[in-house]
Amino acid sequence: MAILYTIISVCYYLIIAFITFVIARNLVKTKNFQEAILFSVMLMPFILRILRIK
Amino acid sequence: MTDRNLMIVKIVSTVLVGIALIISGIEFYNHRNFQEPVVIGPGVTSVKTLGDYYTRLKGTINDTNIYIIDSGVPGGTALVIGRTHPEEPAATLAAKILVENASLSKGRLIVAITANQSASRVTRPGDAYPMYYTIETPWGESKYRMGDRWSSPMDSWPDPEVYVHYPSGQLLAYMDIRNFNRTWPGRENGMITEQTNYAFMNLIRAEGVDVFIDLHEAELEYPVISTIVAHQKAADIAGLASMILTSTEFRIGMEFSPPSLHGLSHREVGDYSDAISLLFETPEPFLDRVRGITDEALLLTGKDEFVMTAGKYGLLYEKIDEKGWPIDVRVGRHCSTTLMVLELWSDFNPGKEVVVGGVPRYDEVVSNGTGFYFQDPSKAETENIYYE
Repeated sequence: MAILYTIISVCYYLIIAFITFVIARNLVKTKNFQEAILFSVMLMPFILRILRIK
Repeated sequence: MTDRNLMIVKIVSTVLVGIALIISGIEFYNHRNFQEPVVIGPGVTSVKTLGDYYTRLKGTINDTNIYIIDSGVPGGTALVIGRTHPEEPAATLAAKILVENASLSKGRLIVAITANQSASRVTRPGDAYPMYYTIETPWGESKYRMGDRWSSPMDSWPDPEVYVHYPSGQLLAYMDIRNFNRTWPGRENGMITEQTNYAFMNLIRAEGVDVFIDLHEAELEYPVISTIVAHQKAADIAGLASMILTSTEFRIGMEFSPPSLHGLSHREVGDYSDAISLLFETPEPFLDRVRGITDEALLLTGKDEFVMTAGKYGLLYEKIDEKGWPIDVRVGRHCSTTLMVLELWSDFNPGKEVVVGGVPRYDEVVSNGTGFYFQDPSKAETENIYYE
């Protein structure tokens, strides 16, 4: 059971890494300044989670 | 907007967010790693860690300190745990008073100040909890981490869609798989909170614990408040303690642990060990949903006009007035209730006595303040200092 939980946790971190990559990519590509601000703010909780700070 | 201006907006917003990220990240990191010194009292004979009772927990965040106060005289053994829910500070502070002051003349007292370390190193997202609180002492301020009801998602994540309690199979809310008082008696190969309960059950059996006490606080909107919740094995002691305390020190009730409500300490510890299990609740207005500003002042004074208004409309299960529910009152209640239960246990069980001295009662804590009973770490011998 503990191994299963560990595998699921790792999968979730991979999902978070993927979402972070997508948001960062959209931040670079967008032509709308409001979206650019929105994407940069959205990155915060994902980066904090990947770094295992919060 | 030109491409150049758009690029400037992107760079500026990313830099500002980066600065916010660094500042908040440092705060979160410092809170999670903040260490609280504990100066062990003259009665403490040894300090173990929870990992000594379940090796998988050794070195993990929940490998918490276990303080053993042994009189050296044969008798019974009591276990008191604080910080089951680290957002209930009176439990933490009362347990610390025991470690720094208690001396036994018969039997043994075992104390875990922080039962769930992980939950003590995170605050509740979205509820604007203060990160720390401080207690005034004769030698300065003593600072503590404010925590949450649930283990940190850093240590146990993701939660299941529905939490299926082990071994009963009862369905509980998903996040309660991180609630230390919904995961008793624990599971050897479960999530870290379940493993922590499992380790405590090992401790209870290995040390031959006779009396198990779990310290809590509750919101005034919650019916289980200002009371002793008792397993049926502890009903006589809890009932008598309630009557004596109500007639001599403060009003406190007694309730039976529901046999079909699983995962709670007052049910499972009694069912799965030889110990009698009891849970104490004091009022903490900070936890009420109708509260106003959620700050350190509310946490320590227990004064809140919104909770008072709710009381005027009869929406609460405990009284509240302009005096609030100060931390000294709440800590004092836990100290006296613990002492009363152990006195009654000793009276009812000759040969299994747990006789505790050096611990202040309700009136003393209220008049002197909680901090009066904490020792100054800067003046203590290094070998007598442990960290929570």
